[in-house]
Amino acid sequence: MLALATTKASFSAFPVGESSLLKLSTDPTLPAPLRPLRSFVITDASVPTGFQAYIGFEGRTPMDGLPPGSSTIVLPEEFSYLADGDVLRIIPAKTTVRVLYRRRSRQNFALVTERCNNYCLMCSQPPKPTDDSWLVDELLQLLPLIDRETREITFTGGEPTLLGDRFLTILRECSSWLPDTAIHILSNGRTFSNAAFTEKYAEIRHRDIMVGIPLYSDLSHRHDYVVQADGAFDETIRGILNLKRLRQRVEIRVVLHRQTVDRLPELAHFIARNLRFVDQVALMGLEMTGFTRANLQTLWIDPYDYRELLREAVEILDSAHVQVKIYNHQLCVLHRTLWRFARKSISDWKNEYLAECSDCAAREQCGGFFTSAKLRYSDHIEAVRAAEPVLA
Amino acid sequence: MTKFALASTFEESLRSGYRLLPFRFAELDADRYVATNLAGEYVLLPREELRSFVFGKLDYGSSLYDTLKSRHFLIDDDSDVALDLLALKVRTKAHRLADFTGLHMFVATLRCEHSCPYCQVSRRSDDRIAFDMSLATADKALDLVFRSPSPSLKIEFQGGESMLNFELVRHVVREARRINRIQRRNLAFVIATNLALATDEILAFCRDNDVLISTSLDGPADLHNANRPRPGRDSHERTVRGIQRARAIVGRDKVSALMTTTVASLFRARDIIDEYIGLEFNGIFLRPLSPYGFAVKTKSYAAYDADEWLNFYFDGLDYILELNRAGYRFVEHYASLILTKMLTPFDTGYVDLRSPAGIGIGAIVYNYDGDVYASDEGRMLAEMGDKTFRLGNVHDDSWEQIMTSEALLDPLERSFAGSVPMCSECAFEPYCGADPVFHYATQGDVVGHKPTSRFCARNMAIFRHLIKLMEHDDTRRILLSWVRA
Repeated sequence: MLALATTKASFSAFPVGESSLLKLSTDPTLPAPLRPLRSFVITDASVPTGFQAYIGFEGRTPMDGLPPGSSTIVLPEEFSYLADGDVLRIIPAKTTVRVLYRRRSRQNFALVTERCNNYCLMCSQPPKPTDDSWLVDELLQLLPLIDRETREITFTGGEPTLLGDRFLTILRECSSWLPDTAIHILSNGRTFSNAAFTEKYAEIRHRDIMVGIPLYSDLSHRHDYVVQADGAFDETIRGILNLKRLRQRVEIRVVLHRQTVDRLPELAHFIARNLRFVDQVALMGLEMTGFTRANLQTLWIDPYDYRELLREAVEILDSAHVQVKIYNHQLCVLHRTLWRFARKSISDWKNEYLAECSDCAAREQCGGFFTSAKLRYSDHIEAVRAAEPVLA
Repeated sequence: MTKFALASTFEESLRSGYRLLPFRFAELDADRYVATNLAGEYVLLPREELRSFVFGKLDYGSSLYDTLKSRHFLIDDDSDVALDLLALKVRTKAHRLADFTGLHMFVATLRCEHSCPYCQVSRRSDDRIAFDMSLATADKALDLVFRSPSPSLKIEFQGGESMLNFELVRHVVREARRINRIQRRNLAFVIATNLALATDEILAFCRDNDVLISTSLDGPADLHNANRPRPGRDSHERTVRGIQRARAIVGRDKVSALMTTTVASLFRARDIIDEYIGLEFNGIFLRPLSPYGFAVKTKSYAAYDADEWLNFYFDGLDYILELNRAGYRFVEHYASLILTKMLTPFDTGYVDLRSPAGIGIGAIVYNYDGDVYASDEGRMLAEMGDKTFRLGNVHDDSWEQIMTSEALLDPLERSFAGSVPMCSECAFEPYCGADPVFHYATQGDVVGHKPTSRFCARNMAIFRHLIKLMEHDDTRRILLSWVRA
């Protein structure tokens, strides 16, 4: 795992008590007018003048020879991956540094609140009912510093839409500062049952924005049980309908576990018949984090044991021309006919492979495992022997 | 760690019982019923379970409860979003109504060089002046075509043999394209032709102007030639040559063929299908004769009854399914249309299976003499001397007068299946349609008497048959692949 925060940063010549965001540069030839707006990451002996601050790494970077009076930060060595365009939050009074944005990351997640009105059995980011409005303040500061070439930002929570108008402000500013960046929102969709809110959302008119909304059952009482909130199903469905009425893009997300797989074909049928206009359906393997650990007995089912149900569900959706994607599944536990729906989705710093995978012919196409998956592996992981062709 | 509530906690609200949503049911076989909801989703259930469901005695822990809740046959106190979804689905099914008339048929001429005894349009072999559409009439008709608000307009040339008056076809195609430069509709053309007279020059015109070819092919040479006599007894040879030439010039996907079932066809479903496969068509539309024109006069229509035709149809369907199971993809198009209505939220727009009926508001006919008819069958009746479905004339009447004529509105309203005796309570109504012209022609009344209606008998049997076929996994996969997007 990549280190993203430390309380062991040492600051010198910083105004104590001030908390701010620093945008990093590794370019010694940066035009002088920009230098006061950037912090320079020292990589070798040449240290240009005029930067806002200078950053080095413990036991690695000699911090002498800097321009006199420079503000400096020395970070633990594990942060030496920091690169041009990355953004840090610094709190000198607490010797704290957090990495807010990495330009090289293909997946950028912005947690906008930890509050949620669902309490899902398998939540990977358990909600906290605290006032965390500082997250929005920080994000609004961060947006102008993010590289405009960034492909995609995912807004996640908690439930982002609980922020109401402030969430819409985030989206508006995001599309102003980053007009070319796709926005993906992970929401339970319930707030969109409010037509006025959805209209305001649609008025943002971002050209590449999609809401990913979980739907766990075709039956209201079963969905409500999984999300531990009575009445959630109706609000979520009405939210999806409101969004699609205004031609907004919607992804339905189904996490597969013991409480959702037995009616998976029925759920697929329900979507094909009632919600066929959604833009895609993501069928996702269980992530072994958060509440999943506490509810493992209730949730765990070997993916191999639901492969027939998964195949049937995918066939129903595919024949209805609904775009289907399968995430977080190893190819060896999927029906061969479903390989073309599988996406290699696990971020490269979170995934790993087992010993069985070392001589697997399909390893290149396979997403492998979450690092957290070690809690429980399928009993049916095995190397794919023949190098059979795979449709990407 | 916070406590999580048990699944049973969320079932508390189911204890208060359930209410029925509108649904209809019909016997499927000895002990089972098929129930359909407002949007045409269906559930099969044994008689006893249907009883306990209707009488409110279904247990919420049962799998049937889950199925009926999921498919919107019942609603409980836990959720009422089913009403929103049902409304949406019903609206989706009816969506095409708002488009209004999309299919506009021009009877280019009533003349034909074939002399088919089953001809349903009562072709003429004489008098070019009396039975060809004039350019002036075509221009008036085109004005009406573009009065339709439909975003998609399809102009279909009918006959007689439409290529006997190809100058008219050329004129209409050019004029329609010219008008469409401003109108910007999704404009398509089809020419119905026996292809016997198709020259390379005519086919090149079709290619250059995106005119699709729809021809008639009744089966192997002996059957086809017996059904479709012409001088030289070479109809089959000319049709096959025409199909290949049209594929070469216009394009292989631009040519389709239709068959008509005569009494001579009844025991030859497999031969007919083989003929279509041999010509590399990817499907066939197994069609019965209609009760109009010479088909009535020569008693071709009366030569077989609904059951005999159904035996033919099911035998053909069996054979096609066998081919599919063995890996050869081939579609029966009538089944495909019905399956699309059964298994998707959409209606197909197929004119004969619509309610309100497709007459006038789905398709309209401009006859060679300028008379406007509510349907192709309406003008067939007119050639038999009965102008009941004449809505006006392109030279005398406006779009408004034609579309609000009693000759259109009265049969539309009276034949609406949702309110017709027996249809309104029929489980298969969502898949079926109103065919006022057929019932008027066969029973003297646009509503008709369903227990003796051949239309009803034929379609009900097909609905039941397809529903039973869907129960077998391998067959269901095939039928699902026939569903249109």
